[in-house]
Amino acid sequence: MAHWIEASPRGVYVRPADAWIDPSVPVDRALVTHGHADHARGGHSQVWATPETLAIMALRYGTEVGTSVAYGETISLGGVDATWVPAGHVLGSAQILLEHAGERIVVTGDYKRRADPTCAPFEPIPCDIFITEATFGLPVFRHPPIEQEIDKLLGALHASPDRCVLVGAYALGKAQRVIAEVRARGHHDPIYIHGAMERMCDLYRDFGIDLGELHSATAASADQLRGKIVVSPPSALNDRWSRRLPDPITAMASGWMRVRQRARQKNVELPLVISDHADWDELTATIREVAPSETWVTHGREEGLVHWCETHQMKARALALVGYEDEDEG
Amino acid sequence: MRAFSQLLDGLVYTRSRNAKLALIAAYMREAPDPDCGWALAALTGDLNIPAVKASAIRAIVEERVDPVLFAMSRDYVGDLAETVSLLWPKRIDQPAEIDDGSLTLSAVIDRLMKLGRAEAPGVLGEMLDHLDSSGRFALLKLATGGLRVGISARLAKTGFAQAFGIDVDQVEEVWHALSAPYGELFAWGQGGEKPDPRGTPFFRPFMLAHPLEDGEVDLADYAAEWKWDGIRVQIVGTGEQVRLYSRAGDDITATFPDVADACAGIHAVLDGELLVQGEAQGTAEHGGAAASFNALQQRLGRKTVSAKMLSEYPAFVRLYDILLDGDEDLRELGWSDRRTRLEAFATRLDPSRFDVSAVIDAADFAALGDIRLGSRDAAIEGVMLKRRDSPYVAGRRTGLWYKWKRDPLTVDCVMMYAQRGHGKRSSFYSDYTLGCWTGDPAAGGELLPVAKAYSGFTDEELKWLDSFVRNHTLNRFGPVREVEKTLVMEIAFDSVHDSRRHKSGVAMRFPRIARIRRDKPAEEADLIETLRAMIS
Repeated sequence: MAHWIEASPRGVYVRPADAWIDPSVPVDRALVTHGHADHARGGHSQVWATPETLAIMALRYGTEVGTSVAYGETISLGGVDATWVPAGHVLGSAQILLEHAGERIVVTGDYKRRADPTCAPFEPIPCDIFITEATFGLPVFRHPPIEQEIDKLLGALHASPDRCVLVGAYALGKAQRVIAEVRARGHHDPIYIHGAMERMCDLYRDFGIDLGELHSATAASADQLRGKIVVSPPSALNDRWSRRLPDPITAMASGWMRVRQRARQKNVELPLVISDHADWDELTATIREVAPSETWVTHGREEGLVHWCETHQMKARALALVGYEDEDEG
Repeated sequence: MRAFSQLLDGLVYTRSRNAKLALIAAYMREAPDPDCGWALAALTGDLNIPAVKASAIRAIVEERVDPVLFAMSRDYVGDLAETVSLLWPKRIDQPAEIDDGSLTLSAVIDRLMKLGRAEAPGVLGEMLDHLDSSGRFALLKLATGGLRVGISARLAKTGFAQAFGIDVDQVEEVWHALSAPYGELFAWGQGGEKPDPRGTPFFRPFMLAHPLEDGEVDLADYAAEWKWDGIRVQIVGTGEQVRLYSRAGDDITATFPDVADACAGIHAVLDGELLVQGEAQGTAEHGGAAASFNALQQRLGRKTVSAKMLSEYPAFVRLYDILLDGDEDLRELGWSDRRTRLEAFATRLDPSRFDVSAVIDAADFAALGDIRLGSRDAAIEGVMLKRRDSPYVAGRRTGLWYKWKRDPLTVDCVMMYAQRGHGKRSSFYSDYTLGCWTGDPAAGGELLPVAKAYSGFTDEELKWLDSFVRNHTLNRFGPVREVEKTLVMEIAFDSVHDSRRHKSGVAMRFPRIARIRRDKPAEEADLIETLRAMIS
């Protein structure tokens, strides 16, 4: 089945189109699912992606040029029809549906099934081969409702008015989602952000995502930050940057926070289990819903999901793609 | 159960001691009786539930979860209880991920206490269905024994004391007379009578010493004794029972049955140093020799002791003081009067297991200084100075007891690796691994780690060290940074011992940073040989 597509450590290669999906090295033709650095690398000659993803790439790599493909739009390359369909992961994220020789293949990139005010929701597409991510491909990973986690954050904030809550969140996607969800819970105080995420938040706003009042944390005094939420990339949580903050409660928004030891290793006091990836229940439910003839599993805990498929009489195999999965991104 | 499981979660993630105390205190005030008492017992490690075996837990999980997925998950998470708490699939008719509130902590403990092995899996499985993942974690930790949330019994008691505005030493006084769920203790906290501990072998808080900084004392007012390097121990005998307590008030009777058996039947409370028989520290001249702290360490922390351990590392107690003789409380007497009573009492004890700490005969403070310097060869840590008229009071009281340690040994080491600290220091590289040379570096000598140190510097020095590490990093291994081997640090330490656990073959006691030697080239740091020559 599907002799026109092959998985290599550098990405998924679509032979008739001579194009790669999310290649990890510079190539001639790249079809990109979303803007995270491990999927959208710089240096390709030609890029096809959603307008949001192209804007994110331009922000990251400067003068990146590419062909903009809207959700639902189909392009034709060497006899392969490619359609970008919402994946619900971050702003502009897409699954790519490939159609050729009467076969339908879906490459999910990263995805989740939960509602997210900062991006379009995942749409299941019936297909023959479903190439799915498996970041949280073990049954220990079940993300709680996000309202519960946001309430934990706000509870800690209100319990310590002299401190600030410093939330570590990936600069693209997670940070904006946490801010938008905090707003949705009725918290409209200014939120202070690390310099590294200012331009990304501006980009989200340009695409119509309301993030409320944001200020630069770097420019604020310790007194201004008391009782406030500060958002920074995870790498700044316990680093020199955070020393200026008024006795911060260190929080981290990530699916990995479900495992106690992982949270402790990162010196996190307030773990927030908030993920932009599908959890175990979402992964398995999605495979049932899409009902492909074959499931290929990439980046993450592939063995678990492959085993599950096999015990449910579904054909599956693990792909050895390398270079994906930034832990901070979970 | 939810309040308790939230308390455990809070304790797992909280690093600051004060914040942990506040969490415990809040729970103790708010939890209903007797949940609060059971929780206190669980936190102090005084809750003994006939263990549900790990195999029983595995069995109930494998009834509901694919064994392969369970094994993969277990490998990933590491901890059995945590794995099960995370992946437990509730029965289809149960509400999703919430603690439905139907189980109280007391009900859970009550049920677990009476559980037979055959019914354990069924009951446990049913309980898991009513809890959220935090609740399941708490339940499984309770059922298998050992919460491991990183707090000591003392901290839990301090939290209780803080909740009700009681002095923690008062809590210690009555603690061992009570048992879970501590109804009398909570009644006292809420304004009732203080429980009466008489007739039970309970712990009394130790009297402790201040370091003697630069001052001088008059030996007419102060008596001097040797400072032994063992652990402080309190022996409490009621005539029927005998208990040994460590400095933190932990019951260590089971760890030292040789000592406990040798004083069975006594009716007194004694204070002394627990040591192992040997020759490493002191001589007959100092009132008797003892083995090094290293030897004693082989005996510490064991729940049961093998016959081999008992014969290879026989323990004894060097007595310092007597608090009670029969029912007579001697703590208000001066030290000299207690000393007389101690000497008289000690004649009744087995001399192979008990002796009385010698008083140093020195004409004046200067002469004592000379004697103290001479004690280095005998590997003695220093001397203690005790006011002759001092009553026995809990804790450190200024002016009564002093410890006058000998000056530390020092060695020049090279910084090899650095790691970030905890709490306030979590953004600083403040924990250092230090090495000495195996031989002349010009002739191919290499650095081997000899110590880890994370104290002794000022805040300014820490900032400097932190930027040194960041600017001189060679490699990163997870949280550890390997640095260029260029910075010499003078390390002060109390003593150094043979060690099979370290590649260098030596282990230091209390290493700390004495000076940063930016002036000294790394090649001129000390050899391991130099350190070996200081082994006591």
